[in-house]
Amino acid sequence: MTFTEKYAAEIEGIMARFPHKKSAVLPLMHLAQHYYGYMSREAMEEVAAILDLDPTHILSLAGFYTLYYEEPVGTYVLEICNDLACALRGADEFVEMACDKLGVGVDGTTEDGLFTIKTVMCLAACDRAPMLQCNLKFEENLDEEKFEQLIARLRDEAANGRTPPTVVEKVAAYAKSTS
Amino acid sequence: MAYILLRHRDIENLHKLDVYREHGGYEALQKAIDEYTPAEVIDIVKASQLRGRGGAGFPTGLKWSFIPKGPGEKYITINSDESEMGTFKDRELLEYNPHQVIEGALIAAYAVGAPQIYNYMRGEFMDIGYHFEEAILECYAAGLLGENILGSDFSCDMSAYYGAGAYICGEETALLNSLMGELGQPWAKPPFPAIEGLYFKPTVVNNTETLANVPPIITNGAEWYTSMGTEKSKGPKIVCLSGHINKPGNYEIVMGMTFRELLFSGEYGGGIPNGKEFKGLLPSGGSGPVITADALDAPISYEGLDVYGSVMGSASVVVMDETVDMVWAAMKMEHFFKHESCGKCTPCREGTYWMDQLLHRIYEGEGTLQDLDVLKSVANRIGGRTLCALGDFAINPVLGTVRHFSNEYEAKIKK
Repeated sequence: MTFTEKYAAEIEGIMARFPHKKSAVLPLMHLAQHYYGYMSREAMEEVAAILDLDPTHILSLAGFYTLYYEEPVGTYVLEICNDLACALRGADEFVEMACDKLGVGVDGTTEDGLFTIKTVMCLAACDRAPMLQCNLKFEENLDEEKFEQLIARLRDEAANGRTPPTVVEKVAAYAKSTS
Repeated sequence: MAYILLRHRDIENLHKLDVYREHGGYEALQKAIDEYTPAEVIDIVKASQLRGRGGAGFPTGLKWSFIPKGPGEKYITINSDESEMGTFKDRELLEYNPHQVIEGALIAAYAVGAPQIYNYMRGEFMDIGYHFEEAILECYAAGLLGENILGSDFSCDMSAYYGAGAYICGEETALLNSLMGELGQPWAKPPFPAIEGLYFKPTVVNNTETLANVPPIITNGAEWYTSMGTEKSKGPKIVCLSGHINKPGNYEIVMGMTFRELLFSGEYGGGIPNGKEFKGLLPSGGSGPVITADALDAPISYEGLDVYGSVMGSASVVVMDETVDMVWAAMKMEHFFKHESCGKCTPCREGTYWMDQLLHRIYEGEGTLQDLDVLKSVANRIGGRTLCALGDFAINPVLGTVRHFSNEYEAKIKK
């Protein structure tokens, strides 16, 4: 099944929100990335076809906006903010600890393909640093122990195939219901 | 004092429509529609002296008045791109008090005659965005969105929208480009969005917190609103407090309170942790120059920091204690601007890259006196030479820290 087939109702709902279909491009890219795991050539071509856009436009958007991954990433993308406000509360040391625990560098993916660590700019949670977003879900007031618990929970989730809907899917479901 | 904006802290489950209505919710919209013409609503907001809470402080009523009168394709766009380092106020409103934002946006839509509202949230807000989507659904079910709102002639639709990670989209024309499916890059004004905005139609872009101020203004009147604050800064403001502070978080204050009270009063920040001394604070995240102890008695207001060469901006107060290396802090902030520069204007695109490089070199002890001169020279050549304010913001990490802490730079220069 292609992305276009699987999410036909969501795609229709998203497009119905705008008088000009080009506006649907970022939301559709979020959904396509969710389906393919990253902004693969296939993902870009499919979005371009749905919206009658040149695939190179999708490529330029994928390069411009941080949340689109141009290379394959792990099942769980851990985006840790280490901007100044978070760094004042130990975010740089937290990044180092997280990389050590998972045995990867920043932008690296664990060998089992489960985790990618990225450092990102301010995520609007400065009062709860160190913090990260895991597949866009906020995880806040973290320390080494809580990070280990999070990783253990995610490993368990993945091993048992009990992955809950991601926030991208949740948001797309609203577009579906309002179309 | 009861909260005006962060009302969910007084009232449990305020994000639910029935609870919001039990506590006077949507009565301001009803009052606007029943008692005032659109022009009168604009006059009230003008008289309240409400100014934009995203940072620029532009008078909200005046902005609305620029929209051409009469029917036609027009848009209200809520700016929920909140990405300034140190800012997390709009997120709290969207998550816990979404109806007050929606009601404010609907009053704006009534005032300018716009049949469509978009809420542009940063992509990283999807995790809280569905709270807002839920609120939109409730409104449609209750006749507060859609055709003939509250039984009147006024009809208006609203949709949520998510960006994809770009600080620049907080700039209004970049936001509109992004909403039209383009790269989030600003355009040269004019045309201003009020004349040619979304889909080249008249568009109001208002910050989330700005719109949350509108319902209480309509309910209580402009005079009530102007009784709070300073001469040029009326009403409440949410201040985001972070960094080296005992009680970080959002605080709703009346403008005019001093930074000293915000930092050291037990009711607010509660002082600096671990008995450390205060060194400096960023009043507007990375965008405004650092201020030092001599400015602590300045009022938190749009004009309060003028004499100290800084700005309140979005009131994202990042506190730094005596242990902070200011060259390191500048380097952190400049890395942000280098990453977030959209690449359209050469001075910003190239200048942030070079400032980032030079700061790294100086921080690592490899910089020369000439590097320091080049750093200042590059900063001074960006300001005022870019399409949007990001270029002007991007030089403040350098100019602010050089101004107050030049000794720290000099101490790192290679001997």
